[in-house]
This record gives sequence, C-alpha cells and structure tokens, in this order.
Amino acid sequence: MINVLANPHRFMAFSKWAAPVLGLLAAGLIAVGLWLGLTAPGDYQQGATVQIMYIHVPAAWMSMFSYACLGGASFFALVFRHSLADAAARAAAPLGAVFTFLALVTGSLWGRPMWGTWWVWDARLTSVLVLLLLFVGYIALRASIDDEAKGARAGAILALVGLVNLPIVKYSVDWWNTLHQGESIFRAGGPTLAPVFLIPLAVMGLGYACAFGALWLAATRAEVWRRRAASLALQAAFG
Amino acid sequence: MTPLHLEAGKYAAFIWPAYAITALGFIGMIAVTLLRARRWRREAERLEKARTAAKGAAADETATKAGDPP
Repeated sequence: MINVLANPHRFMAFSKWAAPVLGLLAAGLIAVGLWLGLTAPGDYQQGATVQIMYIHVPAAWMSMFSYACLGGASFFALVFRHSLADAAARAAAPLGAVFTFLALVTGSLWGRPMWGTWWVWDARLTSVLVLLLLFVGYIALRASIDDEAKGARAGAILALVGLVNLPIVKYSVDWWNTLHQGESIFRAGGPTLAPVFLIPLAVMGLGYACAFGALWLAATRAEVWRRRAASLALQAAFG
Repeated sequence: MTPLHLEAGKYAAFIWPAYAITALGFIGMIAVTLLRARRWRREAERLEKARTAAKGAAADETATKAGDPP
C-alpha cells in the first residue's frame, strides 16, 4: 500500500476520492456517536460530565496517532529522501496540534468539576503538554527554514526524537502515580467501561480516525500542490 | 425514541464549552485545509498554463525562424 501510494501521481489519484469518502464516513460516524453518547445515561459517579468523554478521549487518541503518523512519515522522508513522505509529515503536524490542544482543553474542562482543579503537573497531563509542544516546535522549525531539503531533514530529526514521548504518554498512568485515571479501554483483561458508554466512545473514536484520515489526505494534497507551484514559479523565473 | 440527555444541570458550564471548542477546532481544521488546498491547486494550475503558453510561443517562434528565407 505504501509502495503504491509513494508515487505522487497515484497518491493524488487515490486521495482525490479517498479524502471525501473518509470525510463523509467521519461525519456519519460522529453524528451517530454523538447521538448514542447524548442519549446514554449519566455515570453514577461522574453524572452528566461523562459526556465530555466522547470528545476528550478520541481527541487524545488522535493526538497520539497523528504524532505516530508524523514520526512514520518523517522516517521515510529522512531515510529515503522521499518528498511525498515529507509532505505528509508536514501536513500531519497542524492537525495533530489541534487534536492535542482539544484533548488538553476538554480534559481540563472535565477535570475541574471531577478533580476540583483545571490542571495538575502529573505525568499524563505533562507528557501530553510536551506532545503539543513537539507539534508546535515542528511547525515552527519547518516555517523557519526556507530551504525545503534542510527543513525536511531538521523536522524529521525532531519528529523522530519526539517519538520517545509516545510510550511515556501511553504508560504514564502505569509508571507514575497520577491524578489522571488509569487505562480503561486498551488494557489487558479488556475494557472496564460499561457497553452503554463504550459503544458511543468506540463510534466516536472511529469517526475521529476517519476525520483525521480525510484531513490528512487533503492537507497532503495541498502540500503537493504548494511544492508544484513553487517548482513551476522557480522554472518560470530561471527559464 | 430515546430522549437526548441535554440537561447537564450544574455541569453545563463545563460540558457545552467542551463541545463548542471541539466544534470550533473541527471547523478550523476543515476550513484551513480546504482553503489551502484550493489556493495552491489554483496557483499550480495557473503556473502550469503559463508554462504551456510560453512553450507554445517559443515553438511558434522557432517554426517562423525556420520558415524564413535565407
């Protein structure tokens, strides 16, 4: 699949129909997920605030997934000097930054009524803040280097170094004593969440994944066109 | 039909801002991505057309020169 899509022409042909299809799928899944979530009863301990879970948890999943995509694309860009991989890496960063920001803000809005505080410097919250700073740092680094090849290499190195933060985010609640609750979905022994909450959350998670896929493809297409325009402008200027 | 549980009570001040910020985030991502894609697609197409026109003009000029009497 990666080999097939590594060809820019094939990628542009594939993404032309895949992006809108994924976008429609995302809209449908998120609509169904919201309906299921907002018709589910409140939690016996957390009351109606459990409704924040349906937007907070998928945003947190996508923040990590988008960084994994940024890291994967950066690896191919650095090792194989592949321009399309670099375009995909550059396109993933702003989307990942928004998902991470949403995870932090919705988490804070959930934490205030449940924990009695907007923020604590515990391992989970701090490592997710570091994830946001990595995304912002990557975007700033790319914007600050005019030379496309040098920017790609510097950005890829930063993205790959930052990958070390992903297991820290994931296992922070196991390795340290955190105010943030422990893993309740992807854990040995199965999820601890009741199906009435788990099903809407799973549907929302799939919806967010499709939304990220659609936006990533569309943003990568935009980056390919930007590079094409830059190359044509250069050819026009120097014959 | 199952009723929507929209009466968030004392937690409304936390739940609805969370949904509003999420909606804004999605609208922002969609708008920026689509506008950026449209802008660069148009720019690339415009430059491609200009290049094709320039190539055509250069070919015409060569043909005219070749047809000129010695």
